[in-house]
Amino acid sequence: MERRKFIRNSLALVAPTMISGNPINILQDHPLLNTALLSTSNTDKVLVIVQLNGGNDGLNTVIPLSAYDNYYNARTNIALPENKVLKLVGNNATGIHPSMTAFQNLFTEGKLNIVQSVGYPQPSFSHFRATDIWMSGSDSDQYLNTGWAGRYLNYQYPNYPDAYPNSTNPDPIAIQIGSLATLTCQGPAVNMALSISDPSSFYNLIEGTDSTVANTNAGYELSFLRTIAKQTNQYTVRIKQASDSVTQQVTYPNNSLAAQLKIVARLIKGGLQTKVYMVNYGGFDTHSGQVVTTDTTTGTHANLLKVLSDAIAAFQSDMSGLAIEDRVIGMTYSEFGRRIKSNASGGTDHGSAAPLFLFGKNVRGGVFGDNPSIPTAATSNDNVPYQFDFRSVYNTILQNWFCVSSTAEIEIMLKQFPTIPLINSSVCGINDKNSIFAKESLIYNYPNPFTNMTKIEFKTNGGQTSLQLLNGEGTVIQILVEANYSFAGTNSYNLYGASLSPGVYYIRMQNVDKTFMKAIVKM
Amino acid sequence: MPLAPKSSALGLTTYKGSWSPQLTKHLLNRTMFGAKASDIDYFTSKGLLASIDELLNVQTISIPPPLNDYNSTAFTDPNVLAGKTWVNDVSTDGTINSYRRSTYKKWLMSVWVGQERNIREKLTLFWSNHFSTEADTVVYGSMVYNHHQILRNNCVGNFKQIVRAVTTDPGMLRYLNGYLSTKTAPDENYGRELQELFTVGKEGGAKYSEEDVKNAAKVLTGWKIDTNFITIFDSTRHDTTNKTFSSFYNNTIITGKTAANGALETDELLTMIFQKPEVAKFICRKIYRYFVYYNIDDVVEKNIITPLANAFIANNFEIKPVLKLLFSSEHFYDALYIGCQIKSPTDHVISFLRQYEITFPHAVTDYADAYYLYNYMVNQLTSMGQNPVDPPNVSGWPAYYQAPEYNELWINADTLPKRNKFTDLMIETGYTRNGKKIIVNTVQFAKTVCSNPSDPNILIDSLFSFLISTDISVALKLSLKTQILLTGQASDYYWTEAWNTYNTNPTTINYNIVNTRLKALLKYIMNLPDYQLQ
Repeated sequence: MERRKFIRNSLALVAPTMISGNPINILQDHPLLNTALLSTSNTDKVLVIVQLNGGNDGLNTVIPLSAYDNYYNARTNIALPENKVLKLVGNNATGIHPSMTAFQNLFTEGKLNIVQSVGYPQPSFSHFRATDIWMSGSDSDQYLNTGWAGRYLNYQYPNYPDAYPNSTNPDPIAIQIGSLATLTCQGPAVNMALSISDPSSFYNLIEGTDSTVANTNAGYELSFLRTIAKQTNQYTVRIKQASDSVTQQVTYPNNSLAAQLKIVARLIKGGLQTKVYMVNYGGFDTHSGQVVTTDTTTGTHANLLKVLSDAIAAFQSDMSGLAIEDRVIGMTYSEFGRRIKSNASGGTDHGSAAPLFLFGKNVRGGVFGDNPSIPTAATSNDNVPYQFDFRSVYNTILQNWFCVSSTAEIEIMLKQFPTIPLINSSVCGINDKNSIFAKESLIYNYPNPFTNMTKIEFKTNGGQTSLQLLNGEGTVIQILVEANYSFAGTNSYNLYGASLSPGVYYIRMQNVDKTFMKAIVKM
Repeated sequence: MPLAPKSSALGLTTYKGSWSPQLTKHLLNRTMFGAKASDIDYFTSKGLLASIDELLNVQTISIPPPLNDYNSTAFTDPNVLAGKTWVNDVSTDGTINSYRRSTYKKWLMSVWVGQERNIREKLTLFWSNHFSTEADTVVYGSMVYNHHQILRNNCVGNFKQIVRAVTTDPGMLRYLNGYLSTKTAPDENYGRELQELFTVGKEGGAKYSEEDVKNAAKVLTGWKIDTNFITIFDSTRHDTTNKTFSSFYNNTIITGKTAANGALETDELLTMIFQKPEVAKFICRKIYRYFVYYNIDDVVEKNIITPLANAFIANNFEIKPVLKLLFSSEHFYDALYIGCQIKSPTDHVISFLRQYEITFPHAVTDYADAYYLYNYMVNQLTSMGQNPVDPPNVSGWPAYYQAPEYNELWINADTLPKRNKFTDLMIETGYTRNGKKIIVNTVQFAKTVCSNPSDPNILIDSLFSFLISTDISVALKLSLKTQILLTGQASDYYWTEAWNTYNTNPTTINYNIVNTRLKALLKYIMNLPDYQLQ
């Protein structure tokens, strides 16, 4: 800290009386800072991160139609009727929640992709810990006091906050509205975000209004202090100008997520050099009553998903109307998914991996990864095992959207995580093989089910290959293979399962950027 | 929104309302550099009058004096060993005294942070500002120390006696050139400031003349400092003529005296000055502005200043009765005045360190590390505009006297971010010397100020009521609870679970789950403009 001159950038100072609660976070890009970065940094790209607080029930969001019977049996009281699940064009195996018609349309337009079963090896079922893991990009047994976006910004702007703002970088390098994403933006030395930690202050800024103060001398002095605080914030004027400059927008639905996204659209169009915006929407912690029992396509969860899908579709339409569609993609995430088996309260408890969505003209539309396997008789401990590490999604965005060089990967992500071809390869000129679409069965095991031993044959294209064994709760319990193969070919591994208790297990194979899951059963 | 400062019509009648932790905090914010949670509990249970008695009951205690922390491979004080005090050593060496002045400031931080439950340090700062001297100009460390010790040891004593002591204090003689003043060339500096800044002031009816300044200067000729830094009266330098003062002083004549009796003229001068009712009013206004609020309109002048000044005179300029009257008055506790003071940099930094009960290494047994860490606080105060014992000039810091802004002068686009940076840093990374770190322990703090930190509602209420003096909307508290403590979750249970999990199983990860959220919350609260008020 001492080595860096620290500039305080907090719009929290502007107007501390709260009116409504729509947290928005903006991280900002400074394209011309360093010519050395120009070759690797795609300068005007924007990422919008939509955080869904509470742990979204992935299985009722993206429905595994190919395993519908098992799905239904695991959650009879909340299962969506098969004929009501919205179909995805060109994909019979997977459907989405009936309330997400807007997402269905986006999918048809090729502006939506679904990444199946995103998680990490030892899932945490605690909201707080899981959120911290997602924000920091840590392993589950590792404590990181920096955020993944904070490390990225620190890599891009290593001197921040020295001499910021400046003529090249007139905008905040990072802005947080709402206090939630503090960890996401925390860099090694300073928080990279301008904090608009009081949501109302942001709306007041945009609307040009002020909060009231008490009719006392303290109120009088507080007005004075707020005025100075406003002057102190070097970025206030830029944000207001950007927002004011946009007058024509599509009609957004009337909900808090749409309100946040509407402002984000204005700021992007208005010219803020901002790379990442963060918004959030809560209420996904559906332990009970997540559906109306007489019609499971309605109720709490249906409403949440409708808000999500309508708001994002409106935003996407606005992007198109404002002619900035090429520059913007978004992603959703939630700290975890929910349990496969529903509980007796008509809800679902904390789970592990879940699907996430990417949206935008430049995402590669489609469903990535397989439907999660659903055990024939799911128990209350069964979870969706992870297929994609969430840090692979981050790394993909860094490399294939922001065009960060792969050499920076270790510095930002702290480890190697294979990218997934989620983004049009033309964006950063990536020569990917689109391998995920050319999938074939890569793992075969015999016998299955097994009692003492099963022989696993796996096909690798060569290169880094790993085989993990996950238990039914979605936790990695053993690394079976971790090797770098010089040649493509089929290899085998004998799994001795005498010490395993009976139940469902999963083999997760990762071969460079390809992943494959296989359920196995120990008798 | 109020468009102008307001005043209360309530007067000095003793406050009869209920005595609450919030009013206790108000009293302590104004009479000490902030309060610890235990201080608030202690004085809340004592009640109003007993609390005031205790706060004003300043015993002369021996604080271990500042030590030599500056011996190094590059420099050695020939007279004072490392770790020993220099206050009794006379030295005119520039380098030595530069070190000693610096040491005094670090030591002063330790005294402020470790202050007892009384008004001594807050009031000493008031007098230091009132009888303003600049350490850089006084130069000699021991004189700086002794000047402020006069103020510290007499802070609740007799104002007249303080003026007398300051008038011939070596530090003041040096600062305002009195020690150079002779009958052939009287220096008017002290003669002027004695009247203008220290006693009668320039406000209202104070119409002393330029001749009065000249005559006061003549009266004061003859005082000088010997080589042992002791003030002596040199009658050969004293103007022995009669000094005739203006009608403002009822044409008083101070008869010129010779030899040692020349020194007696100084007492006559002060006796004459203290005849003027303006003295008591001037001091009472300054006291009011320091302890209550800067806005003195006709109502306050009539209901507060005039009766306070009368009491001051009636008590022969004893300070304690005046302060007792003010602090026990219903005026002092009027809601109009709760939280209306903008903290000085000293208030901001020192009250922060006390509120959070930041533990420093021992200032005597571990003085090297302690002084190093305290020096960081000196630098903070300086960068925020209040270099301790080095005010900008003989008037003191403008924020204490400059109309119409007064304490608003502390805050500008440079200093406000520095204040926020300081609290952020003490929360986030702390400050370290030789592995000794001063940093906020968020979890311990939550336990200290809150009876049940596992309940996020109670926790947020407790933090606000302890750290903030203004009313905070329920909506903001709710938003902070949800956004920060609950990480966006709807149920309070999740914070409770995280807190309880940490307490039963304090692993690093469980600790940081709680710590990360408390840090964000505390930084948020202290970045509110409201935190700048006390």
